[in-house]
Formats: sequence, structure tokens, C-alpha cells
Amino acid sequence: MLSVALQVALGMVALAMALTVVRLVRGPTVADRILALDTLSINAIALLLLAGMLLQGAMLFEAALLIAMTGFVSTAALCRFLLRGDVIG
Amino acid sequence: MIAGALLFVLLAPFVGVPAVVLLQRLHRRCAAWGAAAAMAAGLAVLAPFVPRVLAGETLVARWQWLPEWGLDFALRLDGLGLLFCGLILGIGLLIVLYAAYYLPEKDRLGRFYAMLLAFAGGMLGVVLAENLLLLVVFWEVTSLSSFLLIAYKYEAREARVAARMALAVTGGGGLALLAGVLLLGQVAGSFDLSEVLARGDVVRAHPLYPVILGLVLLGAFTKSAQFPFHGWLPAAMAALTPVSAYLHSATMVKAGVFLLARLYPVLSGTEAWMVVVGGVGAVTFVYGAYVALRKDDLKGLLAYSTISHLGLVTLLFGLDTRMAAVAAVFHIINHAIFKASLFIAAGIIDHEAGTRDMRRMGGLLRLMPWTGALAIVAAGAMAGVPLLNGFLSKEMFFAETIGHPAFDGAARYLLPVLAVVGGVLSVGYSVRFVHEVFFGGAPRDLPRTPHEPPRWMRLPVDVLVALVLLVGLLPQVMVGPILLSASAAVLQGEVPAFRLAIWHGFTTPLLMSVAAMLGGLLYYRFRHVLFALHARLLPRDGGQMAFERAYRVAELAAMRAMAWLDPRSLPAYLALLVGFVLVLGVWAWRGGAPADLAGPLAWGSVDPLTGFGLLVLAVGAGGTVLLHRRPLVALMLLGVAGLMVSLGFLRFAAPDLALTQLSVEVVTVVLLLLALRYLPQVTAAESGAARRWRDAVLAGLGGLGVAALTFAMLTRPFETISGWQIAHSVPGGGGTNVVNVILVDIRGFDTMGEIAVLAMAALGLHALLQGLRLPPAAGVASAQPGEGLPVMLAMLMRPLLPLALAVSVYIFLRGHNLPGGGFIAGLVTAIALMLQYVAGGIDFARARLRWNYVKVLGAGLGVAVATGLGSWVFGRPFLTSTHGYVDPPVLEKFELASAMGFDLGVYLVVVGTVMLCLTELGAVSRSGRVGG
Repeated sequence: MLSVALQVALGMVALAMALTVVRLVRGPTVADRILALDTLSINAIALLLLAGMLLQGAMLFEAALLIAMTGFVSTAALCRFLLRGDVIG
Repeated sequence: MIAGALLFVLLAPFVGVPAVVLLQRLHRRCAAWGAAAAMAAGLAVLAPFVPRVLAGETLVARWQWLPEWGLDFALRLDGLGLLFCGLILGIGLLIVLYAAYYLPEKDRLGRFYAMLLAFAGGMLGVVLAENLLLLVVFWEVTSLSSFLLIAYKYEAREARVAARMALAVTGGGGLALLAGVLLLGQVAGSFDLSEVLARGDVVRAHPLYPVILGLVLLGAFTKSAQFPFHGWLPAAMAALTPVSAYLHSATMVKAGVFLLARLYPVLSGTEAWMVVVGGVGAVTFVYGAYVALRKDDLKGLLAYSTISHLGLVTLLFGLDTRMAAVAAVFHIINHAIFKASLFIAAGIIDHEAGTRDMRRMGGLLRLMPWTGALAIVAAGAMAGVPLLNGFLSKEMFFAETIGHPAFDGAARYLLPVLAVVGGVLSVGYSVRFVHEVFFGGAPRDLPRTPHEPPRWMRLPVDVLVALVLLVGLLPQVMVGPILLSASAAVLQGEVPAFRLAIWHGFTTPLLMSVAAMLGGLLYYRFRHVLFALHARLLPRDGGQMAFERAYRVAELAAMRAMAWLDPRSLPAYLALLVGFVLVLGVWAWRGGAPADLAGPLAWGSVDPLTGFGLLVLAVGAGGTVLLHRRPLVALMLLGVAGLMVSLGFLRFAAPDLALTQLSVEVVTVVLLLLALRYLPQVTAAESGAARRWRDAVLAGLGGLGVAALTFAMLTRPFETISGWQIAHSVPGGGGTNVVNVILVDIRGFDTMGEIAVLAMAALGLHALLQGLRLPPAAGVASAQPGEGLPVMLAMLMRPLLPLALAVSVYIFLRGHNLPGGGFIAGLVTAIALMLQYVAGGIDFARARLRWNYVKVLGAGLGVAVATGLGSWVFGRPFLTSTHGYVDPPVLEKFELASAMGFDLGVYLVVVGTVMLCLTELGAVSRSGRVGG
């Protein structure tokens, strides 16, 4: 039962990813694209967690942790670039 | 015993090279003392072996180096080697003393002595080498170090041109010698001199003998400035006088004739040898002596005289009688002594009088009587005046020209006449040197009034001229034994009985000497007649000009060819590379047995989720290419591709790769954003349609080719090396994470190279961006100074730092057994630190992270190397790892491998590299804002 639910959830997360990719490619503004990229990495976390539950793979959770911990740094850097032009100044 | 001694003698100068540079910081004189110590130590170490060598022994020491290539580090000390060692170290010692006074006070002696010692080491290597390849290696050392020595005053164009010419000629000769020695070793079956010398018959009978002879002689003739390769030596007079006295009289130019002597038993004894060596020697002997008289420059005269005397030695070897070889060795000794003293005296005159032009001198004997007397004695030896050493070897030369077996009939007068003509010319230029400088009234036009030099500056001349006299008066006592053993080494057999004495009775050679003396005086008296004739009949000799012109032409042609061959454009390189790989691939595919692309293995199936991931990956990669003219968007699409690749790694059970890829993505985005600030937001198309079509076709074909290759590989069964690595990971490396064990243990040496490259790249960036000021590109938002940073972000990052650091420590520690390790841990740490910069700004982070990242890099490399060296302490090869289990009282029992130390080095290098890039790029942006 759980396995079926997980598979359905995986499919839905994949669909969400597909939509974020469409947003990322289409834009139209840079801010849209940054949001899409950030959403994509959050979706990736979800995908990894669901897959980890389905496959009983501990390593997938660690990867999810790493994305959660570090992924937003690039989003923050992109936002700063957009707002201020310099990333660390 | 002998092995250690020879190694010491050879290495002492090379150890001295950095030592004198450091010593000079203490005091100017310390550098001189250091250089003198290196030379004197060599002499002292050789001293105990002198009796054995004089008794005819050949001492050989050998260390294996590259035995499969016939290259052993083998040294030999025989009579010839000992003689040259004595010349190199003995005269070297005097030159060191002389140079300390000769060089101006403001000059830094360390540089000069370092080059001089490097040269002395190279020369010692040439004369001590037992292996012929080793000899060539040291031959090149002398070429290179003499290049540096001639160019010591590199501000002067003349010195640079002369140095380049010397390097081109002697270096070119060195290449010929290398080829000759390689052939010789092939023919003789060994590169060891002991073996080669014993196989002269085999070599001379071989069809390749003429080629070998030609190549080896090219090396010898260029080095010893034989006609027509002599041009570099007069040009090299642009060097300092100590250099000329050392290199261009006693040592470097003697390397060529040393080679003739060394290979005499192998190559001599044929008609080709006699014609080429004898002919070139004879021409050089007379030509050099003729030109010497016409030189107004003191050193120019001495340079051409050196060429002439080297020609004499070459001619003696070319005569190819056993006694002539003895005379050649004898003349090498005599010439080195008197010519070095003459050069030193010329340097003193130049130093005191301020010019080297003989036309401006005159009557210097009254002003500097002691130096003058010494120089006159040495010039007498050069002319062959009795009671001086030059007389003795010249007499032997005259004696050898009479009744030479190869000449009969009327031709038997040819050699004696040639010898007398050469003698007349030598007396002529010697008389000019003495007369114009020291006599003939008062100085005509000198910048300074000369007087005697400091006592220590003259000491080298004192010593050398004393030798000139001693050898001249007591030849048998002074040089008899060394001449005998050196000749035995040259001849490799019975040395003909010779008697070194001043008086042999009224003989034909004596008559020839007298004729040469009188003829020389007459010749000098009427030289103007000859000069006028010369000016009318012969064009000006402009060897150096011709060389320069040829050099320019060659340089231009090379530049044209390079511009044509190499457009210096990355797209062009890539197109060539990909195109060539395509051609190779098609050729390999078509050339082999016809085979299907698909192998025997069944196709796997793709689950929908993986297929979807691949699709997104393709969108990301394709989008990056299509939108590459909008860098910011392309960067985001690149991020998509990176994320998908990481997920793919996870899907196919490669967690190490996935964790690395994820953290690399973050670092890439931040660093690229730092650089994007200076690039336009939208770049224009820079290449035309045709170029783009070509590139598209090449790229498409290349991609298809790689896909086809992958497909063919994946559908075929084959054995990978991973089985071996998995099997050896735990027993050999003590870790269950094969990836990490490969990185730090099995392929530890590769990793060492990689982190070194990483560190170099970071340091290169550091050096390139030093002091760079750049305004941001148009279209990039520019920050207002007062604008604050988002509060949320600033608040969030502080608790995240310890968390991320804890994760990175965890990843680091478990790395040997579970996915992780120094590389990933380093990236995670770097990202955590990066966040402090991104969220808090550079001032905030700098105030709290006061680290010098260059030192972090250095520490990382140091730790890695130290771990590798640590295994030497236990007598194991570099980077051998060991592991064991530790059972501390409170914590759990855990495993500790020495490779962890290495991994720590990797960690530090990664952190240092990323942070150095970040702060350096950030500093450019900052200074851009402040400055512009």
C-alpha cells in the first residue's frame, strides 16, 4: 500500500519538476528562473526522500540533507547578483 | 670510499649553488668563501686518490639509474679525468678569488658565484663521467651555465646577443653529440666508457662509423671553437673577464678537446679522423693566429689566440701518432695555465686602465711593473719562448710534424712549414700584446692612470705564472707523472717514452723554433704592409653579424610558421581535436574486423522515473548550449544539468560522486557569478554562419560517436578493474569505501598530483588578480553603499555554520569506510564559509575569518607530502599506507589509517583553493566598486 502511495507521489513530484523546468526555460524574468531553480532543488529533496523510503537507501537521505543544507547558497548568491551585482561584497 | 669521494667532488659545486645565494645575504665576502670552499673541498677530497691514479689505476663508481636505457650514474677517475679536475678546481679557486675583487662593489656576488659553481659542476661531470649519456647530460649543463655566465650583464645588448650565439652554437653541437653518442652506444653495445674504449675496432669497422665520427666531432668542434664554428668565442668576450679566464681559456673550450682525447681510442686511427680532425685543427691553428694579430681589443686578441691554440691541440690529435697525443695533452695543460693568467692580467689592465683597446695603451710596464712582468712572462709562454712551459709543448709539436708517416715526397715539408707559419703568427701577436701594452712610450689615451692592483687580486696571476716558470724549468718534476697517466688514459695502452727537458741539443725542432721567433719579430715589424694587403683583398670578417642575420631570418620564419600552424584560438584547437578523434575513430572502426555496433548483451530497460530524469538532463544541457549568449540563464540551466547528474549518480549507486557533484555545483554557481559581474549580460555572436555550421557538424558527430562507443561498450561483456580494487580495499587499504581507498591509497600518487595542480591553479589566480581593478560590466546591477543585506539571510546563516562544519567533520571521518572523505568534506566546509561571505558581506566575514588561504593551501600540501614521506621512516616506498584499530576509553573503537593524514591534506587544499578563489574574485569586485 505504502509502496503504491510512494510511487504515485514520486510521479507527482516528477510532474512538479517538469513544470519547474518549463518555468525555468520560459522565464520570463530572471527572478522567475531563480525561483524555478530553487523549487527544482526542493523537489529534488522530495524525490530523494520518497525514493529513499521506497528503496530503503540511507544514502539517499544524506544526499537530500546535503542539498537542503547547501542548495540554497546558490539561490542566495543568484539573488544577490540580481539585486546588488556583487555576490560577496 | 672512492664512490663517495667522486660523488662528493661532483656534487659539492651543485650544493654550493643555493648555498652561495644564501650566504651572500650575510655578507658579500661570504659568497666568495662559500664558492671557494666548494672548490677547495673537491681538491682536498681528490688528493688521497692521486697516487693510485698516477700509478695507472682507473677508479670507477656506479649507481643504477635507468639501467634499461643503459643510463647508469657512473663516474670514473683516470689520469685524464684527474688532470681536468685539477684544472677545473685549481683554476676555479683562483678565479673565485679574482672575481671577488674584479666585480664592482654594488654587484651581488651570489648570483655570479652560483652560476660559476653550476658551470664548474657541469665541467666536473663531463670529465668524471663513465657513462657516455651522463657525459652528454653534463655537457648540456656547461652549455646552459655558460650561457648564463656570458649574459651576466644582461642589461647590455651585446652580452645577450653573445650569450645567445654561444648557446645556439654549443647547444646545437651538444644535440649532434647526443645523436653521435646514442649511435656510438648502439654500435659498441654499451654506453660505459670502459666497454666502449675497448671496442674501437668494432666501431671503426661499422658502416655507421662516419656518421658517428661526424656527429661527435660536431659536438667537439663547436665547443672548442674550431673553424668554422669559432665565431661564438670572440663574441663571448662580452662576458666578465673572470668568466673568460675560466671558461674561455681553461675549461669550457677545453671540453671539446677533452672529448677528442676521451674518445681517441675509439674513433681515431682512420683516414677520416686524420683528414677531418687534422684538417680542421690546422686551419683553425693558422686562421686564429692570423686574426689574433689584427685585434685591437686585448681580450679579442686573446680569444683568437685561444682559438689558434685549440686548433693546435686538435691538429695534434689529428696527426694520430701516439707521441702527438702526448704532446696534445701536454699543450692542454700549458695553454690552460698561461692563457688563464693572461686573461686575468688583461682583466686587471682593463680594471685599472678603464679600457681594453691596445691602441690607447703603452708604457704600462712603468706604471704596473709587477703585473707587467708577469704578463710578459705569460705572453712569452704563449709565443713559445724557451724556459717557459709553452716552449716545451710547441717543441714536441714541431718534432711531430717532421717525418709524419702520412706524408712523403715533397708533401713531407707541408706539415713543418705549416707549423712554422703558425709559430710565426703566434710570435707576432704575442709580441704585439707585449709591445703595445707595456712598452712603446707613454700611455696614449687612457681613461684612468693605472697602478698596481690590490695584492689579492694579483695573487692568481702570481700563482699561474709561477707555474709557467716551474713547468718550463722543471718539466719532468712538475708534470711528468700526471702527463704520463693522462696520456695512458688517452691512448689506453703503452705510452711512448718521452723525455721532458729544456735542452734536447741542436735539433730540427729547435731550428724551427728559432725560425718562428725571428719570423714573428719581422712579421710584427712589417704587419702594416700585410694589413693593407688584407684590407684590399679580403672583405671584413663579420661572423657575428652574419650569425645575427641568420638568427633573425630563422626567428621570423619560425614565427610565420607558427602563426600559420597555430591560430591560437580555442575553438580552432577544439575543432582540430574533435575532428582528429573522429577520423581516428572512423579509421579504427573501418580498419578492424567488421562488427556490429550492438554487442551480445541484452538491452536493459529504462524505468519511467530515470527516463524522465534523463529528459530533464537533456533539457538542461541543451538549454545551456542554446542560451549560452545569456550567461546568467545558461548558468541556471547548467545548475539543472548538474542536479540531474547528481541524481543520476544516486540512481546508479555512486553516492560519493553524487555528494561531490552536489557540492561542486554550489561552488561553481557562486564562483561563476563572481566572474559574470565583469561580462556583458548578453554577448553578441562572434563567429560567422559557416564557422557555426562547421562546429555544429563536428560537435554533433563527436557526440554521436561517443554515444555509439558507449553503446558498444555497454552491450559487451568485459572485465573491469574494479573487482581487483574491491578485493584489495579492506586488506590493503583498511577501508570499506573503495572510492576513498582508491583516492588516498591505491592511486594516492595521482591524487597528490591532482591536489598540487589544484593548488597551483589557485595560486595562479591569486597572482593574476593581484592588484586588479575592474569596473562591473554594463547591465549588471550596482550596489548602493548604504544598502543593507537581507536580515533573514544574515540570521539564518549563523546557526548553519556549526551544523555544516559538524557535517563536514562527520563526512571526513567516516570517509574511509562510507561515502565521504577529504574532498567532499572540504567542499562542504568551503560552502559553509562561503555562506558567511554571501550573507554577511566581505567585511563581516573577513573580520571573523582572518585566515591566509595561501597558507592553508601550503599546509594542505605539506600534510599530504609529510604523510607520504612518513612511510620512508619505516623503510617503505613513498605513500605506503598502514592502518590499525584504536580503542579509546570513552569513545567507540575505531579504525585509523595513515591515509587519513593524506586525506586531511586533500581537505585543506580543497578548502584553501575554493576560499582563495572566492576572496580574490570578491576583492576585485570590491576594489572595482571603491575605485570606480
